[in-house]
Amino acid sequence: MSQKQEEENPAEETGEEKQDTQEKEGILPERAEEAKLKAKYPSLGQKPGGSDFLMKRLQKGVWGIISYPLSLDVLLCVDKIEGETSYFDSGDYNMAKAKMKNKQLPSAGPDKNLVTGDHIPTPQDLPQRKSSLVTSKLAGQSHLIIQAGVQCLLSSWDYRHVPPCPGNFCIFGRDGVSPCWPGQS
Amino acid sequence: MIPGIGTLTQDTLWCFSQVKGTIEIGTTEADIISTVEFNHTGELLATGDKGGRVVIFQREQESKNQVHRRGEYNVYSTFQSHEPEFDYLKSLEIEEKINKIRWLPQQNAAYFLLSTNDKTVKLWKVSERDKRPEGYNLKDEEGRLRDPATITTLRVPVLRPMDLMVEATPRRVFANAHTYHINSISVNSDYETYMSADDLRINLWNFEITNQSFNIVDIKPANMEELTEVITAAEFHPHHCNTFVYSSSKGTIRLCDMRASALCDRHTKFFEEPEDPSNRSFFSEIISSISDVKFSHSGRYIMTRDYLTVKVWDLNMENRPIETYQVHDYLRSKLCSLYENDCIFDKFECVWNGSDSVIMTGSYNNFFRMFDRNTKRDVTLEASRENSKPRAILKPRKVCVGGKRRKDEISVDSLDFSKKILHTAWHPSENIIAVAATNNLYIFQDKVN
Repeated sequence: MSQKQEEENPAEETGEEKQDTQEKEGILPERAEEAKLKAKYPSLGQKPGGSDFLMKRLQKGVWGIISYPLSLDVLLCVDKIEGETSYFDSGDYNMAKAKMKNKQLPSAGPDKNLVTGDHIPTPQDLPQRKSSLVTSKLAGQSHLIIQAGVQCLLSSWDYRHVPPCPGNFCIFGRDGVSPCWPGQS
Repeated sequence: MIPGIGTLTQDTLWCFSQVKGTIEIGTTEADIISTVEFNHTGELLATGDKGGRVVIFQREQESKNQVHRRGEYNVYSTFQSHEPEFDYLKSLEIEEKINKIRWLPQQNAAYFLLSTNDKTVKLWKVSERDKRPEGYNLKDEEGRLRDPATITTLRVPVLRPMDLMVEATPRRVFANAHTYHINSISVNSDYETYMSADDLRINLWNFEITNQSFNIVDIKPANMEELTEVITAAEFHPHHCNTFVYSSSKGTIRLCDMRASALCDRHTKFFEEPEDPSNRSFFSEIISSISDVKFSHSGRYIMTRDYLTVKVWDLNMENRPIETYQVHDYLRSKLCSLYENDCIFDKFECVWNGSDSVIMTGSYNNFFRMFDRNTKRDVTLEASRENSKPRAILKPRKVCVGGKRRKDEISVDSLDFSKKILHTAWHPSENIIAVAATNNLYIFQDKVN
């Protein structure tokens, strides 16, 4: 949480506050804890802990834009709001994109699985993510997942499944969406 | 209501019955159990996990020769309920974690349950198949099509018994109705409707209709800067199909009557305990946030769980709870570090026993607590592999707060905050409890004399 990563700036007031609350510690342990917290993070919001967390809670899972547009056409989205940041080197990506500019993007074919290196994937040539058939360990080894009947939930976009590794990000270009994942320059 | 059972008397002893799951150092995230629920008869026990899977256990029939052993729960069915999704339009990653499972009362041979993740509710049908048709004319026994030219006689297919197969099929998918994350679902007592609640809105659904829902509560302010509270849990009254309650992050509960108006933004009853303003601190609002609200089976009381206490409220009295139980008050002096490691935001659930005389909730270090409302006794028990011998009696645990620690006590500083018991369930009529400890499911029963 970015709120917590702040410099320690011991202020005079907190010293006094701490003294006061320590006198009352037997009666109000909460206040002592509050003083401890304010001593560690003095710039913590003056309003009681609550509203900042509400906004964070509502934003859970959203991928926020933290980078300015590299060009008029491309926005970079990184950093899922929940304390998980992923870092990448945008310079390398741009280099790769420049190289790709004049290359004909491969259509579905033998290159289908080649999603590393300089190749920038497009939705058409992504391998489809298979649904998870790993049985829960609660069920033990002998039990298979039996799922009769057709589960038809997907609309026309059938590449909605995200590859199961954290730190993904998406490139939103004018001409389409290109997902990207770490390990790729 | 079954009188006389489920009181924590001197004689009530809890014993280990079963544990499900593996012993692993470094649990896979997907295996973390996120919800536990018995069905209305207690015959089935469903669990949901972070990987979007549901496992259903069924109680085996009690055999006559083993009088002292109550029926054990064995795996009945397992299926992948939800898959991870990504909403490109909103740049939103949708977890497959099962937030809640609620059973429907049984109306025919099949079992029905609702399971939900952050965005989508699904109705699953779990049915048994123990017969299959044999003797088709156009297909052979393996299902391959026969050449019509080779068929010279006609036969009538007959149903023959087969090995029991339990199938789970998704019957309804209720999607695209929630902008925010669903935290609760609750089946109405009319068995025709149910509600789903997210942080700011509550929707009412009919089981038959998946492309429409009614919005019955909307607390989203016109200007999001003015947001002060969110909905944390919601439940229908067990008998009155027009009444429901929802709790908030500010520690209040609102009871609404759907007969009053279509949009229940104005509550019928408002439950709030007055707070002494001199006690207010930075943590006050965070620890007062209600993480779970449950009606008693009788429908007369509601129980709420906030970070440090469990409270029982009488529906007829709005100004304060009738009972308050301290779950782990010793954590009050640890709030700073609990805030730093995010544990202060843990959402503990609470449950009633079948006769509403005992309430149970979880804590840290794999401890869970039970409070007898009549005798005012309480007990702390632990779900651990060390006490996992069959029918081993659980020894009450104690946390020591002061300086001097007795032999069997554990000090507050030694508590393991990564081992938290958030989800528990109590059998509707017997003293059997299911306790989810991260990736393991423990089943305990009271001692059969």
